[in-house]
Amino acid sequence: MTPEEVCQILKSEFGEAIEDALLEGAHPCAKVAAHRWGEVATFLRDDSRLRFNLLRSITAIDMLADDKLACVYDVMHIPTDAPAELVTTTIIFAVRIEVDRNAPSIPSVASLWPAADWHEREAFDMMGIDFPGHPDLRRILCCDDWVGYPLRKDYDFPLEYHGIPATTEFELTNPRH
Amino acid sequence: MADTVFEASPDTMIDYDSSQQGDLRTEEMLINMGPQHPSTHGVLRVVLRTDGEMVLEAIPHIGYLHRCAEKIGEAVQPYQYVPYTDRMDYLAGMNNNQAFSLAIERLCGIEVPPRGETIRVAFAELNRIASHLVSLGTYGLDMGAFTPFLYCFREREMILDLFEAACGARLTYSYITPGGVHDDLPASWVERCLEFLDYFETKISDYNNLLSFNHIFVKRTSRVGVISIDDAIGYGLTGPCLRGSGIRWDLRKTAPYDGYENYDFDIPIAKPGGTDEIPEGVIVGDCWSRYWVRVLEMTESVKIIRQALGRLPNGDFIAPKMKNIKLPEDEVYVEVENPRGQLGFLVAGDKSAIPSRVKARGPSFCNLCITEKACKNVMLADVPAIIGSIDVVMGEVDR
Amino acid sequence: MRILLWKLWMGYRIFGPIIELLMAMFRPFAVAMYRMGGPIVAQMAGMILISAVVAVCVGVWAHAMLFGFVDESILATAASAGVELTGAFSYVSPATWGLTPSQIAVQLQQVGGVAANMSGVAQYLLWPVQFGIVRDLVGLGALMGLFNIIPVYTIWWERKVAGRIQSRLGPMRVGGWHGWSQSPADGIKLLLKEDLIPDGADAPLFRLAPYFNIIPSALAFVALPFGATYVFRELDVALIFILGVLGVEVLGVMLAGWASNNKWSVYGAMREACQMVSYEIPLGMALLLPVVTTGTLNLTKIVDAQSGGWFHWLVFSSPFAFIGFIAFFVASLASCKRAPFDLPEAESELVAGFLTEYSGIRWSFFFFAEYAAMFVVCGLAAILFLGGWHSPLPASWGAALGDAWYARGVKGLLFSGPVWFVAKCVFLLYVQIWIRWTLPRIRIDQVLYACVQVLLPLTMLMLLGTTVWVWASTSECETWAMVTAITRYVLGGIGLMFAFAFPAIAAYGFYHRRAMVGNLVQDAMPGS
Repeated sequence: MTPEEVCQILKSEFGEAIEDALLEGAHPCAKVAAHRWGEVATFLRDDSRLRFNLLRSITAIDMLADDKLACVYDVMHIPTDAPAELVTTTIIFAVRIEVDRNAPSIPSVASLWPAADWHEREAFDMMGIDFPGHPDLRRILCCDDWVGYPLRKDYDFPLEYHGIPATTEFELTNPRH
Repeated sequence: MADTVFEASPDTMIDYDSSQQGDLRTEEMLINMGPQHPSTHGVLRVVLRTDGEMVLEAIPHIGYLHRCAEKIGEAVQPYQYVPYTDRMDYLAGMNNNQAFSLAIERLCGIEVPPRGETIRVAFAELNRIASHLVSLGTYGLDMGAFTPFLYCFREREMILDLFEAACGARLTYSYITPGGVHDDLPASWVERCLEFLDYFETKISDYNNLLSFNHIFVKRTSRVGVISIDDAIGYGLTGPCLRGSGIRWDLRKTAPYDGYENYDFDIPIAKPGGTDEIPEGVIVGDCWSRYWVRVLEMTESVKIIRQALGRLPNGDFIAPKMKNIKLPEDEVYVEVENPRGQLGFLVAGDKSAIPSRVKARGPSFCNLCITEKACKNVMLADVPAIIGSIDVVMGEVDR
Repeated sequence: MRILLWKLWMGYRIFGPIIELLMAMFRPFAVAMYRMGGPIVAQMAGMILISAVVAVCVGVWAHAMLFGFVDESILATAASAGVELTGAFSYVSPATWGLTPSQIAVQLQQVGGVAANMSGVAQYLLWPVQFGIVRDLVGLGALMGLFNIIPVYTIWWERKVAGRIQSRLGPMRVGGWHGWSQSPADGIKLLLKEDLIPDGADAPLFRLAPYFNIIPSALAFVALPFGATYVFRELDVALIFILGVLGVEVLGVMLAGWASNNKWSVYGAMREACQMVSYEIPLGMALLLPVVTTGTLNLTKIVDAQSGGWFHWLVFSSPFAFIGFIAFFVASLASCKRAPFDLPEAESELVAGFLTEYSGIRWSFFFFAEYAAMFVVCGLAAILFLGGWHSPLPASWGAALGDAWYARGVKGLLFSGPVWFVAKCVFLLYVQIWIRWTLPRIRIDQVLYACVQVLLPLTMLMLLGTTVWVWASTSECETWAMVTAITRYVLGGIGLMFAFAFPAIAAYGFYHRRAMVGNLVQDAMPGS
């Protein structure tokens, strides 16, 4: 099943919730409205035609120019009916959700895919996206008392942490050469 | 006896279930395993809630080795970023290089010359063997068997010698770069590699005799940390952890890259005990199964390397002009089969030479998140067994 | 005080330059000596070690000869004086019998040779030896020396064996010849380390715990016989005594675990307690087998009962004893906290178990105790089952050699002497080390299962079987005598097979050994 067909199924099912189908690039995905994402995710996982049971990755992307944050969900289907059979094709799909940069909030899918637990925590830690419905949303890679969201484009590196001075390479060199 | 209940002070009791524990009430203890602990394979910290030798709950805490790899990716060119991928899964540098290089090639539409592709496959598989050897050895160490560790490292040393001859590095190779590999093979490398393969194949039975079929080892690892198929997929487990649960799923077959479709090899999966010389008592999805899948994969990797070296074409090993390439305004998500599972790179470009976003989906990161579920109500000695069988590399978990 | 300092200062003013001058003159000599002597020591290191071992053996042997001579003197003098010493005379109480130096001189004259020429001096040198307290002091010195040397060289032995098993070399540098002084060097390092006690630890208990460990294992040597006469105190309950003092070690481990104020340490301590409860009973049961067979708890007498050579060792006396020996060996592994029973210090689970907070000399005390205890249980196994200090040849063959001093030496080397006891201990230690570097660790529930549900019923069954066997052997039935003889020779034959197969397999492995790591790829590769 190609991404185009998945997009069509989603469009017929959810209509307006599927804002766009970005099929041209190297990473075909469907753009989904944030408030309907819970239903779409359930459908992606449970519909007998789709069955995207493996959540591969959640990537948070900062779109500073558009004043938006994007979250890309990469999903995959692993057939479990005959697990010992060798499969030679993959069915993959991706969903892109764009939210307002100042109040980013996307419904959590940790209850659907337990794998989303840590990925969402990472997105929260690094980009500051809120995932309402997440069982335990706290920082995962940074310390609990860290200030700011490091992967945002406008993030200022702290020059001091608990009395430990820090210099950044960005000050000393200009990496954007 | 039912009348004599020994009361612990109430404030130390944490949701105590009196129906489970018999007559003697015991206190629960919160104990910190790591970040400096011999069997957490790096700086993993697991907080254990224990009742005597029983672990009621194990909560992993990560981030002690976070080095902002993704942020650095937004500041350097792709070919400069390759060394950073080495430092993620430092036991499988080649595979990490390969994953990132593939992502850049797909994004920019670069064609890798056939010789480069074949060399890549050979090196990726050699690195898979090296990585599995470390996994096997340290798993024996977790179980208290010291000697297999040194045997595994003895053979790994030879692979590192081969790597060193080709690229000058023994751990962080940066050998596979966008467009191919950065140097051609040195003279007589192929013969040396074949010599190593001949030698190595005879050694796998040594590991099996010493460790895999050791009665104590089987008793320690079978029926421990069983992960069902649904859990494995739900928690996003990939690689040997997924195949250890009995699913024949491998990206080298399902979504071939670098010409893997041209090679003849099997995907080993876990089988129940009592079949195919697998010891009695082993059930699909337990620690022994995950361990065993790695042992079998080494044999398959040897097969692939032989085929790759047999058909090594002449010609270029790298596409021309790979520096200062402008990345198109697009994004790509590529996953390859790492020794530990599917390593994914999402790279987004913005018409400059530097990516606007690099995201690494580490297999260890995803595999580790099942710890909390798998380590419920196990013995204390099973916690290292389970974490070891998942085979995490903290450099990749924390990035 | 001030005056003293002033005197010292003035003394330095006067003698200082002289001392400095002498040192300046001596310094080149010292450097030259070091430069000359260093390579010689390095080259001759093996010889030095071997000569030291031989010197220790000769020293011990000379003392034994000396003691024997004084004993005989007492007997002879008593006989000539018409005093009859009934039974084994007691040199412990010199008040009851003592020789004057002149009486010793008479005895020395009778021996003749060099001893007679030296008798003027030797009579005074030998005179104190007849008193129990002097002998005890000498014996104590030997005991403490032994207690220091055995763990140090068992550790070295373990590291060498482990290295070879793991296709490495083990310690090679310190001392020159195969790193023979690696362990003493480590000991000095540990001695010089900071004496660290964690803030939260219970300091008195923390300090006390290593002694609870090291003293019992030293005490065990008191009753452990190395030869027919090489025993500090020949106790009638030696077996129970050794078992008892080794049991006290557990207390030290528990104290250490508790006093460290570390959760991992508490785990180690609790595991040790749990393990002790499970292995101690099968261990005791297995120890009862030789006791039932020989009817005594006196270790010397148990060994005397096995003086008839290889086929008369107790391990081959009945099938029950054969299995009982294996059960004893397994239980003794558990009692020494050796792999696969090294749960109390399981470093991949408990960091270092009860040792987590220990460092420096206190830490090394625990290791002294562990390795000494290893030697003791191996010695017990050798004494109870493997003929103690008897060689595989029947001791009766040596009777023809007579009783001259050289004949005693030959008998000691060939038929029964401490050398054989030490050799058996070293072999059993080797097996312990071999097992440790081969097997993974088992889990605590599996320890309990193995000890309580397998070893305990097994050893009980063996004890019952041995009892019946011994009872049947008291009968005069000829058929039964034949059955016991056949059993003895069949089991002994199996033992012989092992005894020959072991060096044969080792030789095969040595002959087919592979070149060391790295040869495969390193040469002729560009870039490497």
